[in-house]
Amino acid sequence: MTAKRENQYKQYVSVRADHLPDGTVLPRIFKFTDARGDPVRCRIDAVLDIREAPSLKAGGQGIRYTCRIGDKRVYLFHDDLYWFIEL
Amino acid sequence: MERVILHVDANSYYASVECLYNPDIRNKPVAVGGDVEARHGIILTKNQIAKKYGIKTGEAIWQAKQKCPGLICVPPDFGLYIRFSKRMRRMFEEYSDRVENFGLDEAWIDLTNRGITITDGERLAHEIRERIKGELGITVSVGVSYNKIFAKLGSDMKKPDAVTVIRKDDYREKTSGLPVEDLLYVGPATRRKLQDINVLTIGALAQADTDTISYKLGKNGLILQAFANGLDQSPVMHIDTRMAIKSVGNSTTLPYDIETLDDAKCVYYLLAESVAARLRENGFRSRCISISTRTTKLITGGCQRSLQHNTNLTDEIAETAMELFTERFARHLPYRSVGISCSMLTPDTEPVQLDLLGDELSRLQRERMERSIDSLRHRYGHQILQRGIVLTHQRFADINPKEDHNIHPVPFFAG
Repeated sequence: MTAKRENQYKQYVSVRADHLPDGTVLPRIFKFTDARGDPVRCRIDAVLDIREAPSLKAGGQGIRYTCRIGDKRVYLFHDDLYWFIEL
Repeated sequence: MERVILHVDANSYYASVECLYNPDIRNKPVAVGGDVEARHGIILTKNQIAKKYGIKTGEAIWQAKQKCPGLICVPPDFGLYIRFSKRMRRMFEEYSDRVENFGLDEAWIDLTNRGITITDGERLAHEIRERIKGELGITVSVGVSYNKIFAKLGSDMKKPDAVTVIRKDDYREKTSGLPVEDLLYVGPATRRKLQDINVLTIGALAQADTDTISYKLGKNGLILQAFANGLDQSPVMHIDTRMAIKSVGNSTTLPYDIETLDDAKCVYYLLAESVAARLRENGFRSRCISISTRTTKLITGGCQRSLQHNTNLTDEIAETAMELFTERFARHLPYRSVGISCSMLTPDTEPVQLDLLGDELSRLQRERMERSIDSLRHRYGHQILQRGIVLTHQRFADINPKEDHNIHPVPFFAG
């Protein structure tokens, strides 16, 4: 429906998620490319928050998953059809 | 019981959505405009910064760039704006089952309920404003009042990201000094008529002699005077209200002029295809086909013909359109844009009387075939099937009138 909006502030990623019977979507793993161009596989330890939010930093809007990966917090956005992370 | 009505208006809507999606342009003058190459090059909206350069909605992009050479012009992404609009609408429906959109970027919400005061309305207006900012990333202005007209005036008063309340005991001081054209439904023609009788402000209209208003503007004038006095009683439509469809049409401005009868045939076939599909989608057949034309000097013309039977078939609609075009307009080729509209609608569930010649049976068969095409296109996309005529007119082949840009102006007095 809507086109992808690529820019230097975000990266579109591939995501593996569980779709639960109550309709919740829980991302489990996502893959992105690091600064050197190498693929990185990230396992999400916990999803701390799920809400609709814009990404002012990357430019976009959708369901924002606050993910804990180790001791880091990462925002993962599901914008219409696409998933992205803020860089 | 006094009503509590909100009017929510997204500030510089298309531009705000585009600036949200592109951090690099946020501090620059931005306008959202049509596609210059496809000859739809006008400004649809501009952001606050561009407004300062005097850029006006509706003017040509080249004119706007003269006023502001650094203007960033972004092509519209209607899919995105429709998505945000639906998202806002879902939020409004959490507050009331009386929500009425007025275009993609505006909506009235009727919060009236036993016990609710206008102060509660103000608090909810702020809540909605903050939620849209926090969940969607765009700003809105909200007007709160006891009728739709003042609620809309209120949302126009403070921009961006603000709430304005107009109460029964302060509406005069807030509205009477405003120019009369700020009132909904006062356009340039009405403004001129009111200017003739020296009515230049909303206050002047409210106080004017009723007989003079009635003489100058008729029944509509009295309605506008009632608006100016805060007496608008029109309801905010229930969310389930569907507007009665009176006609189904499609027009298009092409990247190239229509120069020959053959060109016209190709375009009319494409338009007829779209109109026929939409008639079937909405469950109608039509008995009256109208065509419209626009010359390279932007002069419009049109004519119509009623048929002996009801139709929803591409061929019949296109053939009638071509007959009309050939008779009345072909001698003045070339044309910049053309359109088809089908009216005198009846539901397609009405039984069809078969005839001895077998014409009706043939029509029903063709209808079945067209419905199969509808379903293939629905599954695999519009381009899965193309009319033969398009193969000889490749430059028109990319048009998809049914799916491209279907945003309709919405009348105030609907239903």
